[in-house]
Amino acid sequence: MDDLAEFKQTYFQECEELLVDLEGQLTALQDGETDDEILHAAFRAIHSIKGGAGAFGFAQLVGFAHVFETVLDQMREHQLETSTANVALLIRAGDILSDLVSAAQQDETLADDFGQDLLESLHELAGTEAGGDDDDDDDDPFGDVNDGPAEEAEPSVSAAARDIKIAFAPTPQLFHRANDPLILIRELKKFGSLETEVDSTRLPTLEDIEADGAYLTWRFTLHTPASVDDIRDVFEFVIDDCQLEVEEIGADPSTDTDSEKAAPVQEPGAGAKSGERPEDKTDESEANTASAENDARTKPERKADKAPRPQTPAESPSGNKAAADKKPPASIRVDLDRIDRLVNMVGELVITQAMLSEQIGQLTVEDQAGLLHGVETLELQMRELQESVMSIRAQPVKSVFSRMTRLVRELSCSLDKKAKLVITGETTEVDKTVIEELSDPLTHMIRNSMDHGLETPSEREQAGKPAEGTIQLSAEHRNGKIVIAVSDDGRGINREKVLKKAIEKGLTTPDARPSDDEIDNMILLPGFSTADQVSNVSGRGVGMDVVVRKIQNMGGRIGITSVPGQSSRFSLTLPLTLAVLDGMIIRVGSEFYIIPITSIVETQRPDDETIHQLASGGEVLAIRGGFIKLVHLARLFGCQRPASEEDDQLVVVVETGASGPIGLVVDELVGQQQVVIKSLESNYRRVQGVAGATILGNGMVALILDVDGVHSMSQQGNGSMIATRPTEMIEMPQDAVA
Amino acid sequence: MQKRVLTVDDSKTMRDMLLVTLKQAGYDVLQAEDGQEALTKLESAEVDVIITDINMPVMDGIAFIKACRGKAAFASTPILTLTTESSDAKKAEGRNAGATGWIVKPFNPDSLIRVIEKVCP
Repeated sequence: MDDLAEFKQTYFQECEELLVDLEGQLTALQDGETDDEILHAAFRAIHSIKGGAGAFGFAQLVGFAHVFETVLDQMREHQLETSTANVALLIRAGDILSDLVSAAQQDETLADDFGQDLLESLHELAGTEAGGDDDDDDDDPFGDVNDGPAEEAEPSVSAAARDIKIAFAPTPQLFHRANDPLILIRELKKFGSLETEVDSTRLPTLEDIEADGAYLTWRFTLHTPASVDDIRDVFEFVIDDCQLEVEEIGADPSTDTDSEKAAPVQEPGAGAKSGERPEDKTDESEANTASAENDARTKPERKADKAPRPQTPAESPSGNKAAADKKPPASIRVDLDRIDRLVNMVGELVITQAMLSEQIGQLTVEDQAGLLHGVETLELQMRELQESVMSIRAQPVKSVFSRMTRLVRELSCSLDKKAKLVITGETTEVDKTVIEELSDPLTHMIRNSMDHGLETPSEREQAGKPAEGTIQLSAEHRNGKIVIAVSDDGRGINREKVLKKAIEKGLTTPDARPSDDEIDNMILLPGFSTADQVSNVSGRGVGMDVVVRKIQNMGGRIGITSVPGQSSRFSLTLPLTLAVLDGMIIRVGSEFYIIPITSIVETQRPDDETIHQLASGGEVLAIRGGFIKLVHLARLFGCQRPASEEDDQLVVVVETGASGPIGLVVDELVGQQQVVIKSLESNYRRVQGVAGATILGNGMVALILDVDGVHSMSQQGNGSMIATRPTEMIEMPQDAVA
Repeated sequence: MQKRVLTVDDSKTMRDMLLVTLKQAGYDVLQAEDGQEALTKLESAEVDVIITDINMPVMDGIAFIKACRGKAAFASTPILTLTTESSDAKKAEGRNAGATGWIVKPFNPDSLIRVIEKVCP
């Protein structure tokens, strides 16, 4: 069934949202909030998860959710305390629930006793039986209520036909609940031949009649093979709103209806009608009459009320508008592929627009005037369009942040440390792709903070700090980027130890005199994190350098600041989207490159006096009393250039993530432009120093520089050669031929 | 004549499942995410049967049923509660508010239609 797969997808999306909600509610409880609405909301979340799980037959999930729900139900009814211990249990149960949902989603089978200890604790709390697996009758995926009617459709014919006598006297309540005796009588008729008698003696005169009174009673004789239970089932919804007697007269299979027996049961007051012997044909008209009387009392009012109402279709604008007004922000679910298509289209438009601008630049001044204005407007509108399209993909970081709460909790247990996670700015929005990529680096950074940053409770107390450490996770928009920071109030970075290790690993030389910041950032260097430092927590075989690489691939930067003995802070600066960036087009020889605007600090045309040759062969530029390293892009990438340009050079000062500013030597600044990033990896392969490619307005392909990559290339080759790009690309086909 | 059902449930999964099941059985379907929205929809549309969840934000099923029964126009519209609890307490809560009957989640398509036909043939 195709629908089912689609339902499942909806269900799991919904679960994800519900689990985030649940986490939020439980955390609020943990923080001492006692509002009943929190419990109600938590209950609803689990309830909905359970509801869907039942529909798809995720038995283990249903079983667990059920007990969880029972506990919350008792809490919201104030039968159970929301004590710290109980809430802690709920939080762990939330984790298990989340695991069960993922397992169901991945189609994994978990051990039968997965989460068993917690399940038992919940049972204990709820005072329910932990015994069987999920034999709680409430959990029967297809409850008794629904089986009942299904049986009605085909009454079991095992029993022989006999008469069943039914006495039925509704109370006014039956009508209040919109049940209708006529419908019940029709249901009865489906079981066999039905004789109906109505007692209307208590029917008052018209002026005394109450609209919602119940004045009629019925007696039926049903000749049927159906069981008494089947008959009772017909009255399932009204059983409390009537007097009902169902009596089997005898299993005599004679087809001759034993109608005489019906007579003595009749009340004398039944009068004229009791004398009649209704045939099958007449009993419905009889019932109709009875019901028509009933209708006459209950329905006119309703009809009258409805009549003046215009028969507007369901989706009338007024109805929708009113509903929309009351809703918080309305939202729709859209297939991500469609949005990506839209984003790509806008990307292409941006390129076309740049192309137009460029071509206009080549026109004469007279031709330009009118066009220029139009193109400038187009550019503004294009940028606005692009921003709106990008914002469609934006999502709050909450979804990934909230997962970290659990991580900190689990790490606290396994590391035997006390820690609380304080989250700020979780509503900050960023592109969905960025969010998806964030989970791993964040997990790693938090592990790192918990494992290496925070001290044990006793160490903390000795240092005069509260035993419970605090990890702060924050997000904010800054200068068109998102800054995500993980900070802890732990021991800070042990610079002596880091430096020693860096020297051991050959990442720096013993005679180097790095600054404090430089030492802090050494832990981000590839090869720094090694096995002897890896505990079972951060020991997933990856060091911080993996985080760095991931962040850099996303066009972001990572920085560390630390105060020994007090705190350390890792901050990630990421672009809001991975699809476009503002770039400076530069020319080196005949090649064009893009430098991301965000990494450019300034540009300079240096004098000869400010450039100094180093003994090691490199060059530095004196700038405001300091020196920065110069990297000749032409040499680095092996660009051909006329000798005439050798002396006429510009330096673009760019900020690298780990090593401060460096100067890139280029030939010309061509202009600033928003560029659409095309992945080099997916079209060719990863190239060091290059973050991606783009198409310029003139149709040429330009490479987008990865500033940090350029820097490390220059360190390896000392800024001399490494002809990564042009030669390799040309050599490829030759290799293939050879 | 095509019968129209109003389904009220905060879970999209459940709304979707009801929608498909009911449409396949030939019903016209109106949807609402909570009692408040349902009441708004009822202002401009007539329905033959209402199926409502109990636990919902904004306005829960119980309050919604009471609101319906308080209005003459919906006093005799069958209302079925849709809930995972088949416990008597939950059924009674719905009934006390004026619900006509109940459907236990999860339902299979046939049984859902049977129950609807039981109150609205």
